[in-house]
Order: sequence, then C-alpha cells, then structure tokens
Amino acid sequence: MKNYDLVIVGGGPAGLAAAVSARDNGIESILILERDKELGGILNQCIHNGFGLHTFKEELTGPEYAARFIDQAAERNISYKLNTMVMDIAVMDSGEKKVTAMNREDGMFELCAKAVILAMGCRERSRGALNIPGYRPAGIYSAGTAQRLVNMEGYMPGREVVILGSGDIGLIMARRMTLEGATVKVVAELMPYSGGLKRNIVQCLDDFNIPLKLSHTVIDIEGKDRVEAVTIAEVGADRKPVPGTEERYTCDTLLLSCGLIPENELSKNAGVSISPVTSGPVVNDSLETDVPGIFACGNVLHVHDLVDYVSQEAAVAGKNAALYIQNGSSGDARTVEIVPEGGVRYTVPKFIRPERIDDTVTVRFRVGDVYKNCAVCVYLDDELLQKKKRPVMAPGEMEQIILTKEKLGAHPDLGRIIIRIEEA
Amino acid sequence: MYDVAIIGAGVTGSAIARELSKYHARICVIDREEDVCCGTSKANSAIIHAGFDAEPGSLKAKLNVRGNAMMDALAGELDIPFTRTGSLVVCTASQNRADLEALMEKGRKNGVPDLRILERDELLTLEPNISDDVVCALFAPTGGIVCPFHMTMAFAENACTNGVSFFLNTKVDHIEKSEDGYRIDTTHTDSGKTETFAAKVIVNAAGVYADVLNNMVSAHKLHITARKGEYCLLDKDAGTHVSHTIFQLPSKMGKGVLVTPTIHGNLLIGPTAVDVENKDAVNTTQAGLDSLGRTASLSVKNIPMRQVITSFAGLRAHEEGGDFVIGEAADAPGFINAAGIESPGLSSAPAIGEMVAQLAAEFLGLSANPDFIPHRKGILRPETLSMEERNRLIAEHPEYGNIICRCEMITEGEIMDAIHRPLGARSLDGVKRRTRAGMGRCQSGFCSPRTMEILEREVPMQMFDITKNGVGSNLVVGLNKEL
Repeated sequence: MKNYDLVIVGGGPAGLAAAVSARDNGIESILILERDKELGGILNQCIHNGFGLHTFKEELTGPEYAARFIDQAAERNISYKLNTMVMDIAVMDSGEKKVTAMNREDGMFELCAKAVILAMGCRERSRGALNIPGYRPAGIYSAGTAQRLVNMEGYMPGREVVILGSGDIGLIMARRMTLEGATVKVVAELMPYSGGLKRNIVQCLDDFNIPLKLSHTVIDIEGKDRVEAVTIAEVGADRKPVPGTEERYTCDTLLLSCGLIPENELSKNAGVSISPVTSGPVVNDSLETDVPGIFACGNVLHVHDLVDYVSQEAAVAGKNAALYIQNGSSGDARTVEIVPEGGVRYTVPKFIRPERIDDTVTVRFRVGDVYKNCAVCVYLDDELLQKKKRPVMAPGEMEQIILTKEKLGAHPDLGRIIIRIEEA
Repeated sequence: MYDVAIIGAGVTGSAIARELSKYHARICVIDREEDVCCGTSKANSAIIHAGFDAEPGSLKAKLNVRGNAMMDALAGELDIPFTRTGSLVVCTASQNRADLEALMEKGRKNGVPDLRILERDELLTLEPNISDDVVCALFAPTGGIVCPFHMTMAFAENACTNGVSFFLNTKVDHIEKSEDGYRIDTTHTDSGKTETFAAKVIVNAAGVYADVLNNMVSAHKLHITARKGEYCLLDKDAGTHVSHTIFQLPSKMGKGVLVTPTIHGNLLIGPTAVDVENKDAVNTTQAGLDSLGRTASLSVKNIPMRQVITSFAGLRAHEEGGDFVIGEAADAPGFINAAGIESPGLSSAPAIGEMVAQLAAEFLGLSANPDFIPHRKGILRPETLSMEERNRLIAEHPEYGNIICRCEMITEGEIMDAIHRPLGARSLDGVKRRTRAGMGRCQSGFCSPRTMEILEREVPMQMFDITKNGVGSNLVVGLNKEL
C-alpha cells in the first residue's frame, strides 16, 4: 500500500485549490484522484464567462478558471491520477485512511493517507427523483448532461426546449441552446422565486425573451419514443398544481435544473455524518468532518453558486488538512455550535472552536425564502454581536458573515452562536 | 419456412424459445421492439411468487408453483440473479384474519410448501418496519426476487446460442392460415420494409397484443385489457427497509401494493391497478404515484419516499377469463396461444415455456436437439471478484478498470460485454437493462454521454442513430448550430 500525507478525492476546482493550499502550507506528499479524463471538473463544460471576478478580478470562462488552478498545481508538481475512480474510503485502526481506487493502468489499488479531502462535487436531481408523471421518452435531460453534450461533444440534444427549474445551469443552458439554434419556449420554476442568480435571469432569459414562469411545474410528459409535449401548470402555496391552469407546450426536449445534490456516498461509507439540510458533511471551522482527518470542500460540502467561494473554501480545507498532518491530530478544543434560525437554513461550518480559528472565520449559509429589507443578525448566546442590513436575500444566492477571533474570545463561556434573519 | 415462429420477445416468448431450442427445429422470434424484454417483462414487481394467490386448479396456480420450483436450477444454468427472500402477506387489525387463513389454505391446495402464519412478535423480528396496525402475516419462504431483465435475456441469449433466430424491430401486421401453416406479414419498424415469414406453428406470446393476433386467425375471440401498474423505485439507501416481499391482504379496498427489496438492493413499491384503453399507455400519473406511498404505509411504516429515484408503469395483459390462456386455438391448428400472461407471469414463465414447447413439439413431432447447450453465462460483475482476480482481469482487459456509471460502479468492460454478447445492446436502455449503467441514483445524468460514446465505437453506429430505446427515441438531433 503506497503512503501519502494527503489524498484528495476529486480534481475539480475544490480539489485543485485544496491541493495548492496544502502544498503552500508545507505538505509535500499529495495525490489528487480524478475520475474524469482531465482536471478541472464540471468547469470544463461551463464555457460561458463570469467566473473568477472575486478571485482574479477578471471575467473568465469555466475552462480558463480551471486552467489557472491546474497551472498552479502543475507549478507545484502536485501529483494526480486521471480516469481514476475512488471506490472506498475507510478509517484504519491507526487513524490513517485507506483509499481504494481503480483505473485502467493500475487496476484496483489501495493507498494509505494521513488525511483525506473530499472534493467530489455534486449531481443533478433527476426526473425520477422529482417524480414527474408521464411517459419516459428520449429527450429528458438534466441541464448539466445537455451542457456536456453541447459544450464538450458538440451534439444538440433537441430543437424545441422546455426547461423545468431555474437553477443556474438551467438558465445558462437556456441561453446556450438558443445560441446553438434551438428554441427555448419557457422556463418553469416550482417556487415563487428563481433558484439561480439574478444576473443569470437577466443575461440568459430576459435578453433572449425567454419567459420565466414562477410557481409553475411540469405535470405531464407526452411522447412514447421522443418527447412530444409537456404540460405545465401553476402551483398553489402548497406547491400542488392548480386545476384549470394547465398549458401544453409542444417540444422535443425537457431540460431539468431542479437542484444539485452533494455526492456523499463515499463519505457515508467512511462514517462521515451528513447534514440532512445540505446533504453534505457536518464540519467545523477547519472544514473537518466528524471523522478526524477527513476534510470536505466545494459542492460536496454544500452547493455553491460561485466557484470563487469554492476556491476560498477549498484553500481553508487544504490548510487545515496540512495542520492536521503536521500535528498528527486536530487536538481538543472548546467547540461552539452555530444555530441557524428564522430563515437561515444551515451554516457551514456548523461548529466553531474559538481558540483554534485564525483571526477570522467565514460562515456561509443560505436562506429558505426571499427576504426584503432584512438584516442578518448574529447572537453570541443572547447578546447581539452584529446586524448587517440587506435589501434583499434569496435562496439562490449564498450568503456569508465573518466572525472574528477577537469577538469570540471575549466570551469564554459562550454556549452557542445564533444566526437569524430579522427585519431591518 | 420456420417450424415455429414465436411472436413476442418478452419473458414468456423467450422462455418458450429457449425450451423449444432443446428440440431439433427451425425457430424464430419476432418482436416489434428493438430489444428483448421491452414490454410487460421490463416493468413489473420483479418477484417470483410462491403461488398461494391463484385459484386452485387454474393454470396460474399450476404454472406459478411449477415455475417457482424450477427457478433454482434455472438460475444456476442461466446465471440469473435470483434470491429466495420469502414473502409475507400482512393482515392488519381491521382486516379479517380468516381471510389470511383462507389464503394459506388456498396456497396449500396449490402445493406451495412451508406456508405458515406468523404472529406480530415473530414478524417484528423479521421485519422491524412493519406497520403498527399489522397483527399477523402469512409467511411463504419460497417467494423470491429476481432480475426480470436478466431472466428474459438469459432465456433469449441461450435460445439464440442454440440457433433460434431473433427478428427485432419487426412488427406483425397480419397473420393468415396457409396450406402448410401460417403466413406472417411484417413491417420492419426501422427501415419501413415489409417481410413475410412462413411458419408451421405460431406461438402467440404478444403480451397485451395477444388478443389482436389471436383474433386474426381464430373465431374464439380473446379480449385483453391493459391493466396499468405504477411503481416507485427507491435509492439503495432505502433498500434494507424491508427484507422480504411484503404484500397486503386483499380486501374490499383493493389488492393493495407490495413493498419489496429488489435483487439489486433498491426498494420497490407498487403496483397500482387501473385498466386503460391504450395498450401503449406506459405513462405514470400524478394520482397513481401519489397513492403508492399512502397505500404502502398500511403495511410498512416510515418508507423514505424522498428517496425515490425513479418511477415507471407497466401494463399487465389481463384476459377477461381471468386465467392464462395457453394452448392451441380450437379452430386454428398450430396456432398456440400463450396469452393473458399477467401476474404471476414472470414466476410462471419457466413452466409456460416448458408447457408450450411441449405442445409445439407434439404438434410437429419434433425430436430432441442433441447439440443443445443448457448453460449461459451472464455479464461478468467485477464486484464479485477478489481484488487479485479483479486485477488479473484488468491487466488482461483494461476496460474493466474504467468506471463509466459511478452510481452503480459499472465498468466499460461490462458495457462492452453487453454490446457484444448474443442479442447485444444497441441502445442506452439496452445497456442499462443488461448492466445497470444509468439505473442508479443519478439516473444516467453522468454516464449517458459516455455510454453513447461506447455504443458509437463498439457497435459501431453513428451518434445520431443512438437511441434511448429504439426507433424514434434518438438522443441527439444534430450538431451545434446545425439546427
């Protein structure tokens, strides 16, 4: 069994940034395992621009953004294996991790790692998981699958398109399909608000006169061989279709952009606890899971809307994995729980160790509804620590607050940190 | 001139073809779909019934019990994934215990072995998630779960290996009596060309369309209604929620639905039962899907319905007489029906194959085929190998080291095997049914473009000709900017 200090599962933006950060923090022995034929992950199919505004202060396409990190990894001579699937992660009696992986050249092999960073990303919610009734013909694609077919393989999945769900990939694909010659008839969204970024609604739908129907869903799919039509209907407050509001759209394609699900099958097998809200691991401020030495970052941890934040988060995971490897453990420390309340659905991290954090720690979260003229309030037990006014907050956009070591340090008996949305 | 033309390449037609290939004869199988196992055989409960349900003396009872008993040997010979998990019919407090006892009595008359009634305490040790209302259950240890795709393909592949010709994408338009048998006019659904087959004997195994074929040659009309059954399939995370097939005791409220583990480790809930006019109406409905979780909760509690990964509907071929219709049509010599094969059709298929093959062999006076090869090897599952064996395999065939379907961990090697074996896969669904690639929790989101590349390379075929499940279900329609 070959030994590494750090094995990173996934060579997308999270895995790459984590590797770079771990190397910069002194770890020599790093291996990235990537299941696809190249590094960069899903960014390789995101050929539109808009990436990197925070990180590089310029607008890059997905492959360009990925290339920056691939270059950084190459400059540091970080090892990686492509076309390699990780089959299992197990914790050995020594506390080290046994990573079982497979590829064509090496066959099935086992590695021993002092620490593991999970960076496997997420998958799209399928038609089956949405339980949309109707036939099961060809022409029903998740938006990401269609994106791969169009942007990487050069094939058009259909001519006349209806899109269910206004997640960012769906919005981006509405524009892409239009630019490539298809007609996008409508985007239907179950919720009364979009699941994607505002800028994508403007640039991908409004600019192309593609209607967005909020509070609508697909209630029937016709066509035995290929999609022939879909019926959409308005939904009430209970999200059930309202009779009499049905509209039938003839089309040959239905694209689904109805949410992303972190892919944590490996994490679960390794014994990592998963949050029922994010479907990602429960982590502390080091982005360490409840299995010591296993860290997580990127979309496997919680679904992001901007890759810049993925890179930042991954750098934190890489740095802390380096510390873990150097110190042989994460050590014991006082742990305080962050409790999401009043509209805040979850926080990453879930636990903070005030004595162990750097000067600041970034806490990311999403809200469960659209809030206007509101404020994000942070309480240390009952004491209001900060109140940040926000004109509008929506579930489609990830939020963040920054806690300082100084403020937390002033509360040695702190029981819990509460984050809550309140009226401004 | 064929000795026997079997119409329908579902589990019934395929089982008959395999049994008939034990005889020295020219045999063909004709089906309108692009693959075997495309109708009722692919969308059902995937279980082998013990056989207590059918009326004593009926063909259903006789053939179910016989088919069940044949499964162990068949599973070995033909490499069919099959496990005797045992089944339970649960009786709730508001139901009549006497009905459960009557069911047991019926089962005993049918010859079902080892039936007994379990009280709640014992039941709970077997099935901790049984509903709180359940007071007792009929336990049938011979009940089992099976892969219906592999069962059908095993029969068909083995028949093919033994010389049976398969004509897929071939729709029967008309059948007429000729001097020495029958004339079958067909249209190839892919090319649109017509072709006429001649056969001394016809076996009608056409599922929901068996009445149409019978009624072309016989005055003894059959009437088959398509009875739709909708199902929900749950993630493997929910696969151990129950460990037996759990039926509900039929009552005034209906037959109920079953909850069962599948042979692949998922959890399956269904079916509904609604008669439909359209014999191709395999669509699911909101009402049907909504009802499943509700009805299932009568027997099993806390089913994690949020873990549904797909839903589907199948059509049972319900003949109005209520029993299987098997045998020569009285006024059409050599026209042998295997019609009305609804539940327990999958369980009975081995015995139907035996019975129909015997009828045809007697009619034609066939002699045994001395070269019959009884064995068929399924697609190699690398996960069943030790790491050393697996690495030897990968060293020789590197494609077994390349995972294509990440949810089900299916390798390129398995997909290539599915394409190159007898009656190999030519579509995405064909690959899926043979290997499970695309059948997992992401429902082919990640692997479909990669499987398409493998089909393009291995068949070989044009990307534009690759379909989901046959003629008209093409997956891509053009190149970028070409539309």
